[in-house]
Amino acid sequence: MSTATKSKTSSVSIQNIAQSYGALQVLKELSLDIPEGEFLVLLGPSGCGKSTLLNCIAGLLEPTQGKIFIKGKNVTWEEPSKRGIGMVFQSYALYPQMTVERNLSFGLRVAGMAKDEIEKRVKRASEILQIEPYLQRKPMQLSGGQRQRVAIGRALVRDVDVFLFDEPLSNLDAKLRAELRVEIKRLHQRLGNTMIYVTHDQIEAMTLADRIAVMKGGSIQQLDAPLTIYSKPKNRYVAGFIGSPSMNFIKAKIGGTAKSPTVEVSGQTLDISQYAFIDGTPVGREVEFGARPEHINILRGAAAKGKNVFSATIELVEPMGSDSLVWLELGSQKVSARVESSETFTPGEKVAVQFRVDQASIFDLQSGDRL
Amino acid sequence: MSTEALDPQGPKPRHWYEWERIVVYTFLILTSVYFLMPLYIVIITSFKDLDHIRDGNIFWPQFSYGEITTTDPAGNTVTAMAHWWSPWYRAMFEVCTGLECRGITPNFLNSVIITAWSVPISIAVALTTGYALSNWPFKFSEAFFTVLIVGSFIPFQVMLYPMVLLTKNMGIYSTLSCVVFVHTVFGLPILTLLFRNYFASLPVELFKAARVDGAGFWRILFQVFLPMAIPIMTVAVILQVTGIWNDFLFGVVFAGLPNYPMTVKLNNIFTSTFGIKEYNVEMAATMIAGSVPLLIYFLSGKYFIRGIAAGAVKG
Ligand SMILES: Nc1ncnc2c1ncn2[C@@H]1O[C@H](COP(=O)(O)OP(=O)(O)OP(=O)(O)O)[C@@H](O)[C@H]1O
Ligand SMILES: [Mg+2]
Repeated sequence: MSTATKSKTSSVSIQNIAQSYGALQVLKELSLDIPEGEFLVLLGPSGCGKSTLLNCIAGLLEPTQGKIFIKGKNVTWEEPSKRGIGMVFQSYALYPQMTVERNLSFGLRVAGMAKDEIEKRVKRASEILQIEPYLQRKPMQLSGGQRQRVAIGRALVRDVDVFLFDEPLSNLDAKLRAELRVEIKRLHQRLGNTMIYVTHDQIEAMTLADRIAVMKGGSIQQLDAPLTIYSKPKNRYVAGFIGSPSMNFIKAKIGGTAKSPTVEVSGQTLDISQYAFIDGTPVGREVEFGARPEHINILRGAAAKGKNVFSATIELVEPMGSDSLVWLELGSQKVSARVESSETFTPGEKVAVQFRVDQASIFDLQSGDRL
Repeated sequence: MSTEALDPQGPKPRHWYEWERIVVYTFLILTSVYFLMPLYIVIITSFKDLDHIRDGNIFWPQFSYGEITTTDPAGNTVTAMAHWWSPWYRAMFEVCTGLECRGITPNFLNSVIITAWSVPISIAVALTTGYALSNWPFKFSEAFFTVLIVGSFIPFQVMLYPMVLLTKNMGIYSTLSCVVFVHTVFGLPILTLLFRNYFASLPVELFKAARVDGAGFWRILFQVFLPMAIPIMTVAVILQVTGIWNDFLFGVVFAGLPNYPMTVKLNNIFTSTFGIKEYNVEMAATMIAGSVPLLIYFLSGKYFIRGIAAGAVKG
């Protein structure tokens, strides 16, 4: 009962989906609710089941278990074409023997739509995607970016409720990828459709998504707005996966008292009373203290003598143009910090590091969960 | 500045008389002579009359034609004006096997009928089966495919007798349809394999895209996959046309006397011990029998290349 009312408010609702190939379980009891008009990004490493989930939503794969609702209708056993979805693939998957125009209109012709209506829709889609000059060409005579536009157009003409993208930009070069990324975002703003977008590129995920679902081994680790995922990762896996250069994890122990807790790293302590623990202060717990490189300051001279700083040694400097990545040795652990490229450091230099505790994350060493 | 810049760069240009080339060309010429010589002899012999064959040089063609004498099946000596095309005419309309003297034309037509039906039917069935096996997996499709592969390795002879029983029970034994049926059945394993592997090599996403567009089993086959299958189709047609046209075994076993294909008739002409041996007529009959596969090769060669060039799947 409750599930039926729930699915009414959402555009796509996935309930306890599981998928396995023999003994290999690719999706594990996964549930997901996507409100109307949301841009949801499925992000995860290769082989984590993103495409499998997308294919289940599209109806190209039968889930071994679970239900899928689109616009409140149970479509678990429905044909792909009857689900109101359009799909864009990484390899474009354009029909090579048909012109762009016929590629766009194929689905409409299959549906037996009237000729003038087909023409109208193809015209509109090709205007939106700026592919009018190529309508009479074959896919082979198009560049990668143009091909992917046609592939998007194929979903566009069918006037679907939900767009599914499976790594649509992975085959394109960096510049084109950035361009088309913006165009997809623009398209979403213009159409307001629900879009589910698979990628393993975190820049794409951060820039496009209303919400990101970080996946690992067939289950969703965290489903949140991009900035929440970035600043408050739910566990160590998400924290390490998001952000480049990636977050520093420093093995430490919670010390002090519940009122004024500290972390202890090889004999030195840091006051963390600014940190908001989710569920009480776990004094005495072995933890990993996570800090992003941009939330670490490097201090020299008088400032380095203060409280709440750790002494460290510069190991290596990686200049990256706008800023530099400085690698430090903190006891036996390695830490990277992002600094203005105007600041110069020499390897071997003794400095102090200061952490922005309010931006840090603390994870249980055993379970990896955020504390 | 330095004269070195004006000196020729790169390796020394080669001349046509370099010894490597002479060796290669000599080898190529000798090989082609070796392979073309029999064909040449068959062709010139098919235009000679019997006197020239008996007395003349085997390598030398005949240029002038006079009267020839032959013996008809009744044993009478017949004298006729000879033409350069006489042996061909005899081969087509007059040559005897046993008491039947209608030439090879009826059997040529049998072969045409058998080929014209067997090739499209076997290809159509294999195309559909291969496509289904690669894109519409069903419960036992893997097992089915394994059986098919094993099937393509079993020698035909093993299945000959069961097939005779089967077609007798079907009531088509000793008819042209029986030969067509047998060719279709025995062509299936290898052709299905061919098509299945070809379709399996196409990107799956193409199939998925067509499904999302609402196309069903047949529409995907005919509108999406078939236009991309031209190269493999050409291969299948060449394979089947030559295989079926040249078939002897199934023709002898399944066709029955009036339906013998060309190959069986040709053999009967050669082995016929009746009257004198008419080499020129036999050679003409051979050329007529061989003309069809030759023609197919010459015509399809162009499409074959074009098919491969146009069938590039990328994109
Ligand atoms: N037909 C299949 N048979 C068996 N295993 C499969 C099949 N299809 C996918 N898998 C397995 O399922 C897992 C998830 O595959 P999936 O394609 O969903 O990964 P993905 O997250 O999309 O990865 P990528 O980013 O590389 O595309 C992989 O481990 C893969 O090996
Ligand atoms: Mg994938």
